[in-house]
Amino acid sequence: MASMSDAELRAMSQEDRAEALGMMSEQLTGRSMKEFFEPTEDENFLYPWAPVVDTAKSAEIDADGLTATDVNLKIRALMEDGVGTVKVLNPRGMHSLGVGILSKLNLEFDGSLGYFAAGLIDGPNVRISGRVGWSCGENMMSGTILIEKNAGSTFGAAIRGGDLVCRGSVGSRTGIDQKGGTIIVGGDTGALTGFMMQRGRMVFCGNAGKNLGDSMYDGTIFVGGKIQSLGVDAVEEELTDLDKAWLTRKLSQYELMPDQGVAHFKKIVAGRQLWNYDNLEPSEKKLIL
Amino acid sequence: MAGTSYKGSEIKDVDQFIKGDGLESAREQEIGQHIGYRYDVNLVPDYERLTPFLAKYMEIMGWQDLNWLEDVHMGYEDGNPAVFDRNINGWVRVPDNISLPDNQQDRDMIARELLIKFQMSERHPLAQLRLAYTKF
Repeated sequence: MASMSDAELRAMSQEDRAEALGMMSEQLTGRSMKEFFEPTEDENFLYPWAPVVDTAKSAEIDADGLTATDVNLKIRALMEDGVGTVKVLNPRGMHSLGVGILSKLNLEFDGSLGYFAAGLIDGPNVRISGRVGWSCGENMMSGTILIEKNAGSTFGAAIRGGDLVCRGSVGSRTGIDQKGGTIIVGGDTGALTGFMMQRGRMVFCGNAGKNLGDSMYDGTIFVGGKIQSLGVDAVEEELTDLDKAWLTRKLSQYELMPDQGVAHFKKIVAGRQLWNYDNLEPSEKKLIL
Repeated sequence: MAGTSYKGSEIKDVDQFIKGDGLESAREQEIGQHIGYRYDVNLVPDYERLTPFLAKYMEIMGWQDLNWLEDVHMGYEDGNPAVFDRNINGWVRVPDNISLPDNQQDRDMIARELLIKFQMSERHPLAQLRLAYTKF
C-alpha cells in the first residue's frame, strides 16, 4: 500500500483503491460502554440534580431594562425556589432568552424573541406568544417549544429531541443537521429545509421551498402542501398506517390538524445513496492529501 | 412489527441482530462490519403499547406524548440487546434476565423505560461528571 503512488491509486476502481488502502480489513470496535441497566433501579423521573418545581407555583419576570443574562439567571433562581411556571413580560425581541434550561419548567414569553430563543434546553415546555428570530430551539434535547406566529431561518438547527412547533411559517434551512425530535410548522418552510438531516421527523402543513431534504442521511419529512423541488438523495415514499396515526396524533395535539386530514401528506425520506459514503471518504481524503 | 429498514439492509426478523453477526448487506459483508444503526430510526411509536411507567413520566413532564423518547429504540450491540444513551454517547446493555418481547414496538417501550431509569439515577456517568466538573 505504502509503495503505491497517487497516480496508481487514481487509476484503480473505487473498490480496488479502498482495498489497497486497507479499508476492507479495518475493523471498528464499536462504542459499547459496558454499562448495564439495573432492573431494580428506583423510579426517578427527573435528573438527580434537577430542582423540584411545582407547576402550580408561578412567578413573573419583567424583562424591561434587563439583559438576557439577567433574565436567564432570574429564571434559574426561581426554579431553585420551586417555581414551576414562569412568565416573562416585555422580552422585546431580546436574543438568547430561555436557553440552557435542563429540567422541567413551564416557561411563557409574552411577546417576540430574537436569535437562539430557548436553545440547548432539556425538558421545559416553552410558549412564545409572538415571533422568533434565527435558530430557535437550536440543539434542544427534550421538551416542547410552541411559537404562535412566524419563525426565522435555521429553525430547530441540530435539534436532538422534543417537539418544536411554529403555528406560522418559517424561513430557510429549517431543521438543518437535525439529529432527532420533531419539528412541526403550520405554514410554509423555505429553501434547503432538512439539509443534512440525520434522523427525527418534520411536518409542514404548508409548502416547502427548493431542495427539500438535500443530502439527508435519515429521518422523515412530511409535507402537506407543494414541494418546489427535492434535494439530492431525497425521495418520496408511501405513507404507512402508523405514519398516519402518528401525524393525526401530533397535529391534533398542537391544534394544527388540517380539515382534510393527513392522507394527502407526502412523505420524504433518504434515498440511501449517500449511506456508504463514510466508508469511502477516508480513501478519497488520502488521495487528495 | 419489526420495522422496515435500517442503514444498509432490510429488517426481516426482529431477532436478526441477536441470532447472527448482523452483517446483512453485501457492503457490510465486504467490509466486515455493520453500517450505522441496527434498527429502523424512522419507526414511529405505537401508543397502544405504552407502559404505565412511561405514561407516568409523560404526566410528570407535562407532555402529551413520548417527546424525545420517540427517537429511542432497542438496538443491538455485539449480538446483545442494548440502548444507545446520548448522554454518554455509548450503548447500555440490557441484562440477560430481562426477556424480550417478540416485536420491536414493545422492545422500544422497554428500551425507553430502562433508559429513563438509568439516566435519572445517581450511578449514571453524567451525575458523576457533573459532580466533578459542573460550573453552574
